[in-house]
Amino acid sequence: MGIQPKIVLDRRTVVKEILKDRGDLLLVTGLGAPTWDAAAVGDHINNFYLWGAMGGAALTGLGLALAQPNRRILVITGDGEMLMGVGGLATISVKKPPNLAICILDNQRYGETGMQETHTQHGVNLSKMASGAGIKNTSIVYTKNELKKAIPIFYEETGPVFVNIKVTDKPAPMTLPPRDGPLLKNRFRENLLGHI
Amino acid sequence: MTQKLKFSLQRRQVVHQILENRGDAAVVTGIGNAVHDVASANDDPKNMYLAGVMGGACMVAFGIALAQPDRRIIVITGDGELLAGIGSLATIGVEQPENLFIIVIDNQAYGATGNQHTHTGRGVDLVGIAKASNFKNTALITNEKELQAQIPNIYQKPGPYFAVIKVVSKSSPRINAPKDGTYVSRRFRSAVAGEDA
Amino acid sequence: MALKKKTSWSNAVFKTLKENNVKQIAYVPDAGHTSLIEKAIDDNIVKPISLTSEQEGIAVLSGAWLGGDAGALLLQSSGVGNIINMLSMANECRFPLLMLVTMRGEWGEFNPWQVPMGQATQAVLEASGVIVHRAEEPQDIAETVEAAAKLAFEAGRMVAVLIGQRVVGVKDWAK
Repeated sequence: MGIQPKIVLDRRTVVKEILKDRGDLLLVTGLGAPTWDAAAVGDHINNFYLWGAMGGAALTGLGLALAQPNRRILVITGDGEMLMGVGGLATISVKKPPNLAICILDNQRYGETGMQETHTQHGVNLSKMASGAGIKNTSIVYTKNELKKAIPIFYEETGPVFVNIKVTDKPAPMTLPPRDGPLLKNRFRENLLGHI
Repeated sequence: MTQKLKFSLQRRQVVHQILENRGDAAVVTGIGNAVHDVASANDDPKNMYLAGVMGGACMVAFGIALAQPDRRIIVITGDGELLAGIGSLATIGVEQPENLFIIVIDNQAYGATGNQHTHTGRGVDLVGIAKASNFKNTALITNEKELQAQIPNIYQKPGPYFAVIKVVSKSSPRINAPKDGTYVSRRFRSAVAGEDA
Repeated sequence: MALKKKTSWSNAVFKTLKENNVKQIAYVPDAGHTSLIEKAIDDNIVKPISLTSEQEGIAVLSGAWLGGDAGALLLQSSGVGNIINMLSMANECRFPLLMLVTMRGEWGEFNPWQVPMGQATQAVLEASGVIVHRAEEPQDIAETVEAAAKLAFEAGRMVAVLIGQRVVGVKDWAK
């Protein structure tokens, strides 16, 4: 294992950049910091925030992508959350949804429980996990330039795509979106389908 | 689309070959075919047969490996069973137990439920996932020559070790391995940890 | 109300675990267990195991016991939902099992998504054959863990100690 490049990217800036020209992107966020990051950009009716169900974010994205083949679906989640449902990457790769993008904000920490180290701090490589699971379009991002190149991948390249973005463990303010499950579900569906 | 690759290795022969000179290694089997493959070689008291809990074999073996650092612990399981607990590889990869050896008999099918296709026949690369989980010693075995070359890595070198052995998808005959969990586990514990444990 | 760091009960609980010969401590990090996790990591004899998901912990501890080690699983009530099928192994094989569960979704909970498993934890564990003890006051926790450890390791049962949210402290969402 080589020396890891320096981790410099700030999570809030990253998410802001990714969502800048989101158009009609449908976004699913994993519990904890990724949800706060999305809320910090601004609450959006096309966001479905998970406040629990750790391990379920990417698979929620899969179901949505299969139901809405003409829409682009992005899942933004954390390394700990992804690890808890990492078998889901095999499930996703076999289905090959061309409209699904997965973005990991990898700070190598469990952010909500005291910043304990996750497995990615100790040699586990999520983008290689995704490759091993059969996802062809995988990459890892450390720098601003690499981030710039990654953003079109989320929106334009044939999925499933998987980008692991290393971010610092600097805590960011907890901006809270709505957490009422039925509210989130109903507004998302009504906007998407025209009914709840 | 399913890959239609032709493999030649027979699962039962493979497992018997691996276990031929097992010495005092303990073996944990995942559910299904692996149980019968291992039991048919020899119903050794140092075999722990799991008859349920799909996805648990590697972690059970890991717990044993931590408790018994001087003994070689071998997992023999299937691709479907492993996939159900695939996050375990990351947990193990971080801890790097030197006495743990994971062998996946990959027939690309769920043998116990009617041979439905698993994900490994459809692009999922378990060795790639093990490498991503920080395993340094890995192997993909598709023929007899490769198998012979890898057996010393199981018994003479330190782990953690992860190998996938591609076999033909036919299941081998079931034999009557003990199913009583209390019997199998007590027998195992006495044999591995001693009568006074 | 800020997250209270109740380290004093953690000290007493860790002492109890050591006295009961616990050698492996498996966990998915939880704020309520922070101090216990740190002690497990710092201890020379205890082997701490960081899990990607809680069901791995049931399997590890089963393996630990097969290998002669006693162990304990530290988890949050939401994680209890992840372990149910894996419990069937400990049940069927009569493995001793000791779980310390920090509770959410029951006292001053802000996050509604924590409520389902918080409310279901006891019933789900009991339906799965686990004996459940509750500790709602800091001074009761170590004593309850001691009783649970005896039931687990001496009487060969699956036992969970539910540490009340009132004790662990309500998460401060406005920080």
